[in-house]
Amino acid sequence: MDSLAAQLQMQYRNYILSLYQQGFLDDQFTELKSLQDDGSPDFVAEVLSLFFDDCVKLVGNMARALDQTGTVDFSQVGASVHQLKDSSSSVGAKRVKGLCITFKELCEAKNYEGCVRCLQQVDIEYKTLKAKLLDMFMFEKQIVQAGGIIPQVDIN
Amino acid sequence: MASDGGVSCLRSSEMPNVGIGGMELPPLDEVHVLAVDDSLVDRIVIERLLRITSCKVTAVDSGWRALELLGLDNEKASVELQRLKVDMIITDYCMPGMTGYELLKKIKESSSFRQVPVVIMSSENVLTRIDRCLEEGAEDFLLKPVKLADVKRLRNCLTGDVKLSNGNKRKLPEDSVTVNASLPPPPALTTLSTDSSDSSSPPLSPVEVFSSPLSSREDDDDVLTSSPEGSPTPEESPVRRQKMGSPGLD
Repeated sequence: MDSLAAQLQMQYRNYILSLYQQGFLDDQFTELKSLQDDGSPDFVAEVLSLFFDDCVKLVGNMARALDQTGTVDFSQVGASVHQLKDSSSSVGAKRVKGLCITFKELCEAKNYEGCVRCLQQVDIEYKTLKAKLLDMFMFEKQIVQAGGIIPQVDIN
Repeated sequence: MASDGGVSCLRSSEMPNVGIGGMELPPLDEVHVLAVDDSLVDRIVIERLLRITSCKVTAVDSGWRALELLGLDNEKASVELQRLKVDMIITDYCMPGMTGYELLKKIKESSSFRQVPVVIMSSENVLTRIDRCLEEGAEDFLLKPVKLADVKRLRNCLTGDVKLSNGNKRKLPEDSVTVNASLPPPPALTTLSTDSSDSSSPPLSPVEVFSSPLSSREDDDDVLTSSPEGSPTPEESPVRRQKMGSPGLD
């Protein structure tokens, strides 16, 4: 028994659990993981990659829309927020989704200050999640390199 | 995303409730679904869900593109053989340009495709929206994020398994995921009997080992056993997800 692999597996499990416990991920992420198999081993990575591309694009849209000297078109901001909310919901990015829900309300209330603050939070949040998930993928790689298999984490 | 411009003389869209002989219908593994969603992330996910349930998928990013593929866009000659053959259309509701509702209407207005079941997906559980879609002839309404269990259920309906236990199916707790529990089951669902000659479940794909045994019978709770359902968040509709109150890690 390779103790390094076992150690890494345990750390990995704890890491995943903490991501759920801290609210970074929800059960939709679990669902995504379950859709991955040997035939599509990179499915989760692929979807997440597209999600983070989306984040960059949509946050950019929101920033531009909020940056209008003169009247801000809150419906335009709201449209991008809606899209981000949907994407984050689809991948299980719980905190990002939660922020988007708040953000949407702020757009509807045409609360400029609130929107600007919320946008900053969204920006930080998706980047934080991205870093966390990169760590997760790195863990997986290390486990495989150590000769172990990536454990399925039961988040119950 | 293979675009199957395939021809099939087998599918007769004008004949409702075909299925007794089963000879006119495509074999199980050739169920072709047209998925419409402006979000790339969602397209990839729905495509994967459909592929896992043994469907062929064509995914497009707009209602216009969908109509174009179906030959309903009025600009191209609608040559029968050049139309995309589809067994189901699943579309997002909120899309720029043409909404899923508008797409639904156009499909139901067409003589060639009105019999094709159209499923609407939406991240918002708005009763009036659901009602409107069902009244317009939508087969079902799925709340996003769409789960494998949702797609499996749709898939089972397409293979005619719904005839075995459709009444019970609609009352299962997991159905609250898709349609508000207070709504009666859409009548169209029960008449959608396609391939009745098939009484067995679709073959398990590798990933289905993750889920509970695929059952087309009334205890069709193919909820992923390894994934507990989180408790619904306050912002979301409380109607959703009344099953499996496993303690989420919220």
